This record gives sequence, C-alpha cells and structure tokens, in this order.
Amino acid sequence: MKHEPVGVRFMLLQQVTNGLLLGGIYALVALSFSLTIGILNFLNFSIPALFMLGGVVSCALLAKGFGIGLAVLVALVVTGFVSLVIERFTFRWLKNSDSHIPLVSSLGFLILFENLVLIYFGSDAVGYPSPFGGASVRVEHMLISLPRLASFAISLVLIVACYLVITRTKLGRGLRSIAESSIVSEMLGVDVGRTVSGMYLISGLLAGMGGVLFGISYLQVSWDMGSEVALKGISAMVLGGMGNIWGALLGALIIAVVEVLTISYVSSEAVNVVVYSVLLVLILVMPNGLLGDRAILVERM
Amino acid sequence: MSGYATQIAAILIVNIVAAYAAYMPLACGQLNLGTAGFMAIGGYASAVLSAHGLGLLVSILGGAAAATVAGLLVSIPVLRARGIYLTIATLAFSEVIAAILLNVDSLGGASGLVVNDHIGVGPMLVAMTIVLIVVAWFSRTRFGLCLTAVRNDGRGTAVFGVSVRRVEVSALTIGAGFAGVAGAIYAHQFNYLEAQHFNVLLSTYAVLFALLGGLQTPLGPLIGALVFTLVPELLRSTDQWRYVGFGVCIILLMLLRPEGLLTRQLIHRLPRWKTA
Repeated sequence: MKHEPVGVRFMLLQQVTNGLLLGGIYALVALSFSLTIGILNFLNFSIPALFMLGGVVSCALLAKGFGIGLAVLVALVVTGFVSLVIERFTFRWLKNSDSHIPLVSSLGFLILFENLVLIYFGSDAVGYPSPFGGASVRVEHMLISLPRLASFAISLVLIVACYLVITRTKLGRGLRSIAESSIVSEMLGVDVGRTVSGMYLISGLLAGMGGVLFGISYLQVSWDMGSEVALKGISAMVLGGMGNIWGALLGALIIAVVEVLTISYVSSEAVNVVVYSVLLVLILVMPNGLLGDRAILVERM
Repeated sequence: MSGYATQIAAILIVNIVAAYAAYMPLACGQLNLGTAGFMAIGGYASAVLSAHGLGLLVSILGGAAAATVAGLLVSIPVLRARGIYLTIATLAFSEVIAAILLNVDSLGGASGLVVNDHIGVGPMLVAMTIVLIVVAWFSRTRFGLCLTAVRNDGRGTAVFGVSVRRVEVSALTIGAGFAGVAGAIYAHQFNYLEAQHFNVLLSTYAVLFALLGGLQTPLGPLIGALVFTLVPELLRSTDQWRYVGFGVCIILLMLLRPEGLLTRQLIHRLPRWKTA
C-alpha cells in the first residue's frame, strides 16, 4: 500500500480497518476471560490453550481433506469438551479452596496442552489450509480481506448472542446471580454446578471459535499462538471493564487499532511497550475500565 | 563438578531465589506475576554496574537495590488494586520492563547484552543461603506472623491494628529485592542477558515453584523449586513429554494437595513416624 499514490489518509484508513478486523478476534478472547472473571472472579489461564486448540484442531482436519464446516464443528466440540474437563479441575472439585488454586490449575492445563500440540505439530508455525485463501475486495483505495471481514462479522454475532444468553435466558439469570453471590444463589435454588458448567462451555467455545477465525484470517497457526493473543485479550478486557460484555468488545477494538497503528507508524518492537503501558496506567488510574466492571452482569438483578 | 552439573546447579539456584521472590508477596496473599520484570531490573542494573568497573559483590547488591527500589515504587500504586487487578497490574509491569529493555539499544536491545564479571556456583550458593536465612528469620518475627495473618484474613488482621497495606507493600518490595538478586546472579553466571528471557513464563514458573512447594512454611519454595527443576532434568531423555508431565503434576497437585507439597501438618507428622 505504501507505494501507491493514494496519500497518507488512505493508508491510515487501511490500517485502522485492519486493526478493527483484528479486534474482532481479540474481542472473543477478551469476552472469554471476562466471563470467568465477572462470574467466578477467576483469571482462567487455560483460555489461550483453548484458543490454540480451536485453531490447531481445525487446521489438522482441513489438512486431512475434510470440509471447513466439519473441521470447525469438530474443533468447537473439542474445545467445548476440554473446557468442561477444565471446569472439573478448576471449579467443581476444588470448592472452598484458596483463590490462587484454580489459577494455578488452569496454568497447568495451558502447559499441558501447549506441549501436547508442540509434540504433534512441531515448534514451527503451520500454514492454515483455508478454503477461502486470502481473497480480498477493493473498496475505494482500501484492500479488505474477505475472510477477515467475515470473521469480524461472526465475532460480532457471537458477542451479541452471548449478551442475549446472559441477559435473557435462565442460564444467564443463574450466572448473574452467581456473580452476585454463589452461596445465596444456591440457597435460592440455582444449580450452581450446571450453571457454571454452562459458563465454561460458552467461554471455551468463544475462545475456540476465536482460534478458528484467527486461522482463517491470518492463515497460520502454531502451538504458542494463544499466549500473545491472550495477553492482548486481557488488556482489552481491563480496558473495557472486567466482566463487561460490551467493554470486552470496545477494549479489543481499541487495543487492536493501537497495535496495528504502532506497528505501521513506529515499529513492531514498540507494540508491547505501548499496549502494556496503556494497560498498566489504566489499571492504576481507572481500574474499572471505560465502561465499568461487572456492570452488565450484576446491575440487572 | 562437570559442566552439565554446574549448569543445572546454577539454574537450580536461580530458580530457588526466584521462587522466594514470588513467595514473599504470596505469603500475604498477593499473586505477583511480575517477578520476571524485577529479575530483569536486577540483572541489567548489575550488568551495567560491572561494566562501569564495579566489583561483583557491589554490582549484585546494586542490582538487588535497584529491584527493591523498583518494587517499592511499583507496589505503592499497584497495591491500590487488589486480587485479580494486582495480578494483572504486575503482569503488565513486567511486560513493560521487558518491552522497554528490548527497545533500548545501549542495553543491547534485541541482540542481547554481554555481561562482564563471572560468578561461580559457590558464591551463588552463598547468595541463595543468605536469601534463605532472611526468609527463615522473617518467619520468626512479628512481620512473618502478620504476613500469614493477612493471607488468611486481611480484614480480620486490620481489626487487630495491623497496617495491612504496610505489610503488603513490604512483602512485595522484599520479594522484588530477592528477584533482583536472582536476576543479578543469573546475569553474572551466564554472562549474557536477553530481554525476551524475562517473560511471563519465567514469572509463572517462579509462582508455580512457590505454590507447589507450599506457602505454609518458609521451606516450601525451596522444596518446590528443587523438585520441579530436578525431576524434569532427570526425565530429559523423554524430551517434550516432561513438560506434559509437569502440566499434569500441577493439575493433580492442586487437586490433591492444594496447600503444596510441604505443609505444616506434614512436618508435625514426621517425628511421629520416626518414633513409631
């Protein structure tokens, strides 16, 4: 793009668009983190592993010649199932323990899955055999990648769906009551075990879908693809407000745009300085984030 | 000692000191994921001091002092945040430090920094022993008691007139100082520093050593670092599978022994076994 005589404005517009499209995937990861923090006050470090599994499993199936629909379906079944297994080890069987314990267990799962994938896939990034390839359209002077645009749209739909589940369904009502107080909601007849399982399932599917969309959009997966995206997701979640669904989306879009603009106007090494400085300052100055934390989960009780 | 044994011993000592760096804040209930950042400050400060011609001891002390000051400066604002916020804030701090070091060309930038003075395993052992003695001494003082009290019930401790905030700031600062020592001895043992080395994973391992060993006694982190550094090393022939095993160990240990390997109960039971 730089060599085309379209002027600085279009390059800026192009980069902002690229950033926004990347932000959709960050938003899924941020929301996945945000749900477990908002409801259980637990930073689930196995989310990067679920993200990675989503990408790697679908990639392996595509490479074996299966269709994209089946590959995505199997990837989501795997991440959903793994997330439910993780729920057993980080919540159900651990009741009444110190708050660090689930976090450490989830780290154990991260180490476990990353290394399992490392054994089977090797340490190099693998090309993602997406049937859509790198198709793109030209709008005005901008080049827009179609898979990324579609991924962004799917992310938005999933976030809205998640919002509706939390605010409109019985499961969501149960989750919001657990966010308020797990003990009281159990006394009032909420099946805490099943409700929390539902939340792990949602959070696992969001992360897994994020991984699939990442593969389709950027045509590469690797065993450590989750960690970097997860750190951005955590930053996005804090920026928007922990436990706040729209906050995760807003934060993710801002973080992704800042990241892409920093890469193109400063340098790729400066990205982490900027993103994490923003995060550090925010958490010290306005820990509730831009939209307020846990607001949507607790406010409508 | 053979080259291999020396290498393992050096890594083990660094891990043990790092485990104590993570242990101090954990002992009063704060999860600090910024150990790597403080280690980086200690390592680079010590490297710069020795590059300016200062002796090994002075450089290492300087590195520790730099990390301690950084710890104090960070802990005062960071401790306004609590729980999960504190964890994320320390994580962000550590990433900022690593990212800045990666971008400062006078400190080697992305290509790394060569460190002058070499430290043998013997002096490293001395440094580790000093850290151990300090921690053991703390555990017998009123401050050590306050740490445990704050970990078990912060509000209850405040009711008894303990300044919880002061205890927390001290714990985080002392932990940062230990991390500085770990970073400094790492720098002078391997004579090479790379900003990428001081990442989240390093902080995570330090925390894991402390938690897996157990927080109830000051010996816990030592046991944790010892077991979880040496056992993977013994299983080296199994290559990547040892990390899978490490992950499984963490999960099972948290399920079956959430208080860590070495608990107070276990210590109480030891003499009874002997007499029986």
